[in-house]
Amino acid sequence: MRRVAIIGAAMTKFGELWERGFRDLVVEAGIKALENANVHGADLQAGYIGTMASGRLVGQEHIGALIADYMGLNPLPITRVEGACASGALALRQGYMDVASGMHDIVVVGGVEKMTDLDIAQVSDILGGAGDQEWELFLGATFPGLYALMARRHMYEYGTTEEMLAAAAVKNHKHGAKNKFAQYQKEISMEEVLNSKRIADPLKVFDCSPITDGAAAVVLAPLDIAKKYTEKPVEIVTTAQASDTIALHNRKTLTGLRATQVAAKKAFERAQLKPSDIQVAEVHDCFTIAEIMAIEDLGFFPKGQGGPATLEGKTGFGGDVVVNTSGGLKSCGHPVGATGVKQAVEITWQLRGEATGRQVKDAEIGLTHNVGGSGATAVVNIYRKGW
Amino acid sequence: MRQSIPLTWRRIPERYRLQGSKCVTCKTPYFPTRNVCPACRRKGKMEGLRFSGKGKVFSFTEITVPPAGFEDQVPYILAIIELEEGARLTAQIVDANAKELKIGDPVQSVFRVIQKDADEGLIHYGFKFRLVK
Repeated sequence: MRRVAIIGAAMTKFGELWERGFRDLVVEAGIKALENANVHGADLQAGYIGTMASGRLVGQEHIGALIADYMGLNPLPITRVEGACASGALALRQGYMDVASGMHDIVVVGGVEKMTDLDIAQVSDILGGAGDQEWELFLGATFPGLYALMARRHMYEYGTTEEMLAAAAVKNHKHGAKNKFAQYQKEISMEEVLNSKRIADPLKVFDCSPITDGAAAVVLAPLDIAKKYTEKPVEIVTTAQASDTIALHNRKTLTGLRATQVAAKKAFERAQLKPSDIQVAEVHDCFTIAEIMAIEDLGFFPKGQGGPATLEGKTGFGGDVVVNTSGGLKSCGHPVGATGVKQAVEITWQLRGEATGRQVKDAEIGLTHNVGGSGATAVVNIYRKGW
Repeated sequence: MRQSIPLTWRRIPERYRLQGSKCVTCKTPYFPTRNVCPACRRKGKMEGLRFSGKGKVFSFTEITVPPAGFEDQVPYILAIIELEEGARLTAQIVDANAKELKIGDPVQSVFRVIQKDADEGLIHYGFKFRLVK
């Protein structure tokens, strides 16, 4: 296996982008990533694109060919990858394996979702497809509902409080306020979160990530030639993926995601690193409880300590590990297929020292964590400076 | 959510009667029906098991923002129920107050309308649960 590096990274603004369509977003992110990598279309040998539900959200399948066409990259082979909200990380993982294997040298990876062409009820219904359609959604479950079932159990077993959950949202908005690409560049207070409308008790609207349009892209190359393209290649040290039951009720425990735990263990073993080595992490905070569980499942804090650690500021600037400098899914936004790639873009900027206004000082090692559905898919990647 | 007639018809044993499976090899009960035991795989052998509908609340939430098709039911309680035979499922709890409900409360399945497609569409029936007093 060859060592693999990110040589270029870019994203579009995330938000409700009424004036821009699916192809506009993906082309913008792709072109910017190629420019950032100093490569031309003719240098590319393959591409991978993550999108969860383009077929239902914008009525378009056959995304790989569409992108090759609209970016002027024909006859480049581009393959679509789907794993619900983890589609982006899965696409990145395919690109990583393609370059690591020696099959191709220069590979572009994108993630995209255009979500605001439909109304909220339709989008919620479509996102429900990430869970068990017949045995959860049919019976009245929603995604906030499923994560609320986890939150209730986490509170019952570990004494986690609504304030602890809210602290994750407050912290992520504080970070997102410094990110010009974020959907909500605005701080919020603990009171605002706690007093916001209840969606699925104990989760309130400010515990939930929003519906977002956006795209992100990175360009990959073997580490040994990466310096030809950029002075600051970021090495993807390893990538690990794990699966779990599609329905939440079939899990032994609801207070953590086994897929995350397994993927994290594999990733740390392969990288010969430990959780305390990570200085900056982008974790999958589709709901505040998801961030609390993630920082436990990734090994940053013992099980049950994620809530108190968040409330005490241990995951903010000056803490043990700075979590979700981009603003996370909560504040930066969550265009589902784009999120996994956006996380890699943010960590690339952090390790290069380019995260203006929200830079983690002397960041050397970073991590991304992307989850599909209620935890049936998880991908954990570890990155370090490649120069 | 679109629920076709063949899908609804196919699911009647599970939705109406809590029909599931049990692996003869490892004795693990499963709901809904499965053809392969995930624990034993090809060493397993599945047989039918009809669940009693008795169980306990494992976790619950009160849904106030509903998905399409459930607008006239909010607020409603959604729960994970641990059945006495051992399997768990997701279902609504009816005739209960979310503020008084507790993890561990005993419940029993009841036959109810789950959702309706449209004014003249299919009416989908299935299981919900209620507290055992």
